[in-house]
Amino acid sequence: FTLPVDRVGFFGSPSLSTFDISEDTQQQIIRETFHLVSKRDENVCNFLEGGLLIGGSDNKLIYRHYATLYFVFCVDSSESELGILDLIQVFVETLDKCFENVCELDLIFHVDKVHNILAEMVMGGMVLETNMNEIVTQIDAQNKLEKSEAGLAGAPARAVSAVKNMNLPEIPRNINIGDISIKVPNLPSFK
Amino acid sequence: MALKMVKGSIDRMFDKNLQDLVRGIRNHKEDEAKYISQCIDEIKQELKQDNIAVKANAVCKLTYLQMLGYDISWAAFNIIEVMSASKFTFKRIGYLAASQCFHEGTDVIMLTTNQIRKDLSSPSQYDTGVALTGLSCFVTPDLARDLANDIMTLMSHTKPYIRKKAVLIMYKVFLKYPESLRPAFPRLKEKLEDPDPGVQSAAVNVICELARRNPKNYLSLAPLFFKLMTSSTNNWVLIKIIKLFGALTPLEPRLGKKLIEPLTNLIHSHLGSLGARMRLVLPAPRSSGSGCRPGLALCVQAPKPVRALKYLGLLAMSKILRTHPKSVQAHKDLVLQCLDDKDESIRLRALDLLYGMVSKKNLVEIVKKLMSHVDKAEGTTYRDELLTKIIDICSQCNYQHITNFQWYISVLVELTRLEGTRHGHLIAAQMLDVAIRVKAIRKFAVSQMSALLDSAHLVASSTQRNGICEVLYAAAWICGEFSEHLQEPHQTLEAMLRPKVTTLPGHIQAVYVQNVVKLYASILQQKEQAAEPEAAQDVTQLMVDRLPQFVQSADLEVQERASCILQLVKHIQKLQAKDVPVAEEVSALFAGELNPVAPKAQKKVPVPEGLDLDAWINEPPSDSESEDEKPKAIFHEEEPRPAKPRQPEADEEELARRREARKQEQANNPFYIKSSPSPQKRYQDMPGVEHIPVVQIDLSVPLKVPGKYLLEKDRKKKKKKDKEKKGKPRRHSSLHTESDEDIAPAQQVDIVTEEMPENALPSDEDDKDPNDPYRALDIDLDKPLADSEKLPVQKHRNTDTSKSPEKEDVPIVEKKVKKPKKKEKKHREKEREKREKGKEQKEVRPRLFPATWGLPLRLPCHVCSSAWLTGPASQATCLLSRPSLCHSLQGTTGRKSLTVNPDLVGLFQKSSKHRKKKHKKEKEERSKDKKKSKKKKPPSDEAAEPVENGALDEDPLPVRGTSLASHGPETYDIQGSLQKDSQVTVSVVLENQSSSFLKSMELNVLDSLNTKLARPEGSSVHDGVPVPFQLPPGISNEAQFVFTIQSIVMAQKLKGTLSFIAKNDEGSTHEKLDFKLHFSCTSYLVTTPCYSDAFAKLLESGDLSMSSIKVDGISMSFQNLLAKICFHHHFSGKRWGVALNACAVGEKSVSVDGKCSDSTLLSNVLEEMRATLAKC
Repeated sequence: FTLPVDRVGFFGSPSLSTFDISEDTQQQIIRETFHLVSKRDENVCNFLEGGLLIGGSDNKLIYRHYATLYFVFCVDSSESELGILDLIQVFVETLDKCFENVCELDLIFHVDKVHNILAEMVMGGMVLETNMNEIVTQIDAQNKLEKSEAGLAGAPARAVSAVKNMNLPEIPRNINIGDISIKVPNLPSFK
Repeated sequence: MALKMVKGSIDRMFDKNLQDLVRGIRNHKEDEAKYISQCIDEIKQELKQDNIAVKANAVCKLTYLQMLGYDISWAAFNIIEVMSASKFTFKRIGYLAASQCFHEGTDVIMLTTNQIRKDLSSPSQYDTGVALTGLSCFVTPDLARDLANDIMTLMSHTKPYIRKKAVLIMYKVFLKYPESLRPAFPRLKEKLEDPDPGVQSAAVNVICELARRNPKNYLSLAPLFFKLMTSSTNNWVLIKIIKLFGALTPLEPRLGKKLIEPLTNLIHSHLGSLGARMRLVLPAPRSSGSGCRPGLALCVQAPKPVRALKYLGLLAMSKILRTHPKSVQAHKDLVLQCLDDKDESIRLRALDLLYGMVSKKNLVEIVKKLMSHVDKAEGTTYRDELLTKIIDICSQCNYQHITNFQWYISVLVELTRLEGTRHGHLIAAQMLDVAIRVKAIRKFAVSQMSALLDSAHLVASSTQRNGICEVLYAAAWICGEFSEHLQEPHQTLEAMLRPKVTTLPGHIQAVYVQNVVKLYASILQQKEQAAEPEAAQDVTQLMVDRLPQFVQSADLEVQERASCILQLVKHIQKLQAKDVPVAEEVSALFAGELNPVAPKAQKKVPVPEGLDLDAWINEPPSDSESEDEKPKAIFHEEEPRPAKPRQPEADEEELARRREARKQEQANNPFYIKSSPSPQKRYQDMPGVEHIPVVQIDLSVPLKVPGKYLLEKDRKKKKKKDKEKKGKPRRHSSLHTESDEDIAPAQQVDIVTEEMPENALPSDEDDKDPNDPYRALDIDLDKPLADSEKLPVQKHRNTDTSKSPEKEDVPIVEKKVKKPKKKEKKHREKEREKREKGKEQKEVRPRLFPATWGLPLRLPCHVCSSAWLTGPASQATCLLSRPSLCHSLQGTTGRKSLTVNPDLVGLFQKSSKHRKKKHKKEKEERSKDKKKSKKKKPPSDEAAEPVENGALDEDPLPVRGTSLASHGPETYDIQGSLQKDSQVTVSVVLENQSSSFLKSMELNVLDSLNTKLARPEGSSVHDGVPVPFQLPPGISNEAQFVFTIQSIVMAQKLKGTLSFIAKNDEGSTHEKLDFKLHFSCTSYLVTTPCYSDAFAKLLESGDLSMSSIKVDGISMSFQNLLAKICFHHHFSGKRWGVALNACAVGEKSVSVDGKCSDSTLLSNVLEEMRATLAKC
């Protein structure tokens, strides 16, 4: 029933919903998950049996690997494994639409937006919406609302942050942008 | 450098936003912790500012830090502040932070309740949505309880976006607040047919989750889901539904058959896409069993191309395995191949499958294969998994697949070569179990174990690798216990006394010490029998020499045992020196056999008859006593508190007697034996066959049989006993499949089943985990809702302001009510019509149910069905609408007639504008005795005046409490009308039945504390109120008097007098007439029509107390009865509510349930009701 979602990159952003866990355990889960997932071959299956760490044998890790990013979902037996794989696909495609060609940096710098998108798909550990168009519509509407609220007052702040970005050309230093064109593999479409 | 300065200055000018924070962290790779603590300080500063935008920014950054693993719970209050911002932008940040860092233990969470409620009812759908999303992450039982109703309302929001979120979050609410499930379920069910696919899928999702845990409660939904399955095109929904059916079919076998066809259709229609097919097949096997066999073959082939599918295929197979092992066994080779797969997940799956696939034939082969994998396996987790699987496979079902235990023991011994496994204790347990239960194997086992003890590698590696040395525990024990089988006991003894042993963990050493003595005892015996006293003394000397090393052990257990045994051995040495044969006595220490005991045995010991475990053994001390003792105990700690009076000291004789009795009891109790060291001896004392202990059952059962389950064994226990008596071991017929029979057992082995007490019930209820959170959701959903189950609502009495929605409809209903004898069919038709209408006009629907209520005894079932069609609302409606049925019964002496109050229509029309009243049945009493006291004129027999309904029309709030005062010439009908909140108008109809002319009438009442007559200003309490008219003979007129009521919860009787001057031909006389005014509680009641919603909410709110009465022996038809009881719905005078609900129970009894905010009022009302009913 729970679908706590970890995304593991070199930053982890779990939105674990049901574990009442301390920040430490959370970090440990992310580390171990990353450890488990990253050492797996490219051509093995996308499922990992759950250990004690993620709440017992009923839970599985289901992941997909996009360039430098791993998207890992932890689900219990009530979810269909392939369904979740599709959900990850939908998630990535949605990110792609919302960020207009998503790249790793987008996810790093706009964690909040990623969360918001995820919140439209998964709520309290349960799959809420799987229709990408619907999700994108809602996100756009919310962003519009946000912009209208910010109005003129928001403009200088945006300008400043743009300036900041220009001032610091060294940011992408250690990120290999070349890799990040996310390939969208052709899985049998879910919808 | 310059760049940094620029950046710094900008930072000072503008607060850092999230992007800056991320950037900063990335730029400070080497001193990240320091940088972040600096940032947190900044954030703290920002949080102190008033500007909400700054705060929101800070909270946003905190959320990111939380993700990195920093504790931000200190900012919980600020998060709430941001949550309550009016702008969506900030609100969203706040809720996001909350959903990340709030959990059940967060104490500020209760502060959010009202904020969330506000957001839930916000006009902006995104405010609501964001609140729902947040809430779903941190809902607590309290929040769930308080907000359940708000969320319920949102489930029928106009926006599908909100609806689907509300539906989904209900699952969380159910989990935290299971009481909400039943009230909310009907609406949830409605959502299954929601036009929006998102909402529909959310509803399916929720119900599937619920049904997964407690499927049996959702069987009734099967047809609905069946329809959905055949019509839906959404794969998510389909998968969920199929999963749901998977859970349902075991409970309802017919469902499986029905499902086969649509499922195969689905499979075929998805043939094009393997993936989709697999998804569907996966959950299906359980549901349709044989139906999916054809699909199964495909499953197995499917794994080849795609890894994911291979995995899923194996998963599916393991599910099929449970129901159709045969069909899976055919694919054994394929599965074994999968073991070679490089993907660990797939290997693990395959292992799971193997567990179910083994048979006697292939066990050895499979285990051999696994063993080879054990050697190859690189990761310890996988190797451990392999090891446990091997043991599981072999030991499953009481070792039913093992034909050769020698082989098994060697496998186990081989496994001990594994280094670094965590499962040493598992192997040890297996060894012990096998050695104890399989007698024939003991000799072999002992030889293997002694070899183990001899081999140094286990001891050597024990210090570093603590896992596997557990095996030594078993080895030592087996060698000691079955020492008679040892080839070279002396050598083993030496091995066990090696100094290295002291490096082992304490509990193993302890076992060593204990078993050394056993070994010693058997050696001693051997030597003595062989008449080698020298050798015996050598052994003793060895013991005396080596034992001190254990005495010095740091482990207490080891120390204790060793020192005790050392003394014993020294004593033996002395005896040996005197050439006293001691071997007999020493081995007597360990006589008898230990038997395995089933883990559940203790629980299953039946309680002997007449034993009350809850009874006090001694009288509990009286309260006063213990109170006296308590303070004492504080000061005199050494004095034990006498919870029970101390047993008088038993004298020697008494003790001996008791001991004897206990012995006797133990001997009679077969279960006691296990713990006693030498059972045989005791048996010898015990005459009588009935004392043959169960423990002694050792049937030489051939190996084919051992696969006996414990429960089966229980059933056969008696048989076994018989057999034992006859001393003829009998072969059981084989329980296994033919295929197994051709394997000849390698040796005749009997497996002693674990001990279970007699009479043990073959129940497995103890398997349930009482802490399972889902158990709370195991609720029967088909029962109609009880009033007490409504969701709590936080509301301030808005019921009063509700208006009745559709005036036009009401009269129609009323007309129907007037003809309750119409055929039921018609009623139902109309009802249906009404319901349809109701759908168009939401508000109307609830009000239309009264039609149903016109039907006499059909009611209960009807109500159930309708209630469930429309949910709590309609349930409430039924209650609500009943008042409209109020017939006024106008009784006269000796005659009861049922008349429909023609006034109701009018009333209802009015009621649409104001709240209205309804009245009570009038009680017409005639106090004839009073008349007699007057005696002037014979009591008149005329009927009481029917209530003047016209008066009701004029008066919006009449309550008619009738009481009566009858005086010879006059009939006084008193009608109470409630006009204002605390006033009752009593209308008195005065009729002059005499021939006198009555004038100067004055009415006076003895005021009570509660009820006072409203008198003209300036008059004293003793003055009467003049009646403003005179009465000629035969004329009646009505006078109204106003009473002020303090409390309505009690019935009142007021005594009063009417004084008047009767003037006739003979002159005029001053006369007085005494009467009593009876104010019944029910007469205070006023009906207030209100919306069903409001009414439902009112009922849901926990602040109404409830009680009910049941009256038996009613001979009247329910119809009449219903007429007789008028239902009082809502009393608006004070802010109290009464709701009554009656239903016929059985033929002759009626039960009335009431709900009211004031329990006294309620009980009084019900009491009056009972009195009325009793008269029927």
